[in-house]
Amino acid sequence: MKKAVIISALVLLLGALCFGVARRDAKWAGVDETVVEKFATAAGRPPREPLINTDQGDLLLFVFLIAGTVGGFVGGYYYRELFPPKAKAQETRTDV
Amino acid sequence: MTRSRVSLLAPVALLLFAFPPPASAMHISEGILPAPWAALWFVLSVPFLIWGLHDLRVRSEREPMFKSLVGLVGAAVFVISCMPIPVPTAGTCSHPCATGMAAILIGPALTVVITSIALLLQALFLAHGGLTTLGADIVSMGVAGAFAGYGVFRLATTLGVSRWPAAFLAGLLSDWATYAITSFELASALHGNASLGQTFLAIAVAFCPTQIPLGILEGIVTAAACRFIEKRRPGLIASLNQPHGGVA
Repeated sequence: MKKAVIISALVLLLGALCFGVARRDAKWAGVDETVVEKFATAAGRPPREPLINTDQGDLLLFVFLIAGTVGGFVGGYYYRELFPPKAKAQETRTDV
Repeated sequence: MTRSRVSLLAPVALLLFAFPPPASAMHISEGILPAPWAALWFVLSVPFLIWGLHDLRVRSEREPMFKSLVGLVGAAVFVISCMPIPVPTAGTCSHPCATGMAAILIGPALTVVITSIALLLQALFLAHGGLTTLGADIVSMGVAGAFAGYGVFRLATTLGVSRWPAAFLAGLLSDWATYAITSFELASALHGNASLGQTFLAIAVAFCPTQIPLGILEGIVTAAACRFIEKRRPGLIASLNQPHGGVA
């Protein structure tokens, strides 16, 4: 526990230091925009709208939230199966 | 804190981390690649998908728990490859891929399969990559990332490097390989009258300020994940990397 607190504190400190040197003109755009789309547009092939365009208002946030929730539940479900709590793991072994 | 409490909190923590705001990075958007190039990358990805599906059938027949591991790794790849990480020194965001970690745990061919499922869902519902460019995205993130990561991990452990530095190298190089191949895919289709080499270099260099630190972060996360798994289920990673390895 003590080790985890120290590591978390170090990570937070490092994060704060990094953001301290963040570029002032930082817009936090993805590299898809700053690199991929930039080169594609220069070559005359700008991106088209996706087939199902969820990038409208807050809709994209909603679908990302749903995707994250489902991904989190699926991951958590299989995690519990693979790494059961100690007591449950012992019960399973006793049953066998 | 007891181990059982940690086990209870881990899925909750995973859930909390699984609320990423939208961002794409290596994903090539719809319409960027001309049709012949898009088709070529699709064709190149098919043998890896067939190999991966065969691998899944064989290994899950041998060890039923293997499917649970594939489910866990698949969910992790899906969530992590949606997660934008701000890189303060570059002022931009990009995402890790987790394919190096996945390849160490379930093998490179199967990593291609789970990556393609993640990319398909992202292209369909998250405006994240395109359907026509799916083949190119599978080749860069799935094939290049997985095989680079797996190859580096196996090579390093064979040369006597201990497992954690090997996992770090796998994460680092799988990330960089993904972006190198994305640069090549873009350059090969879009170089026009300029030379392929120059265009490739220009795109790869443009990725560097974001991807160099992010690759290092991915290496650290891969090493930490492998260390955690080894602590919870000692011998699992070693058994998975045997010629007929399964979930111990």
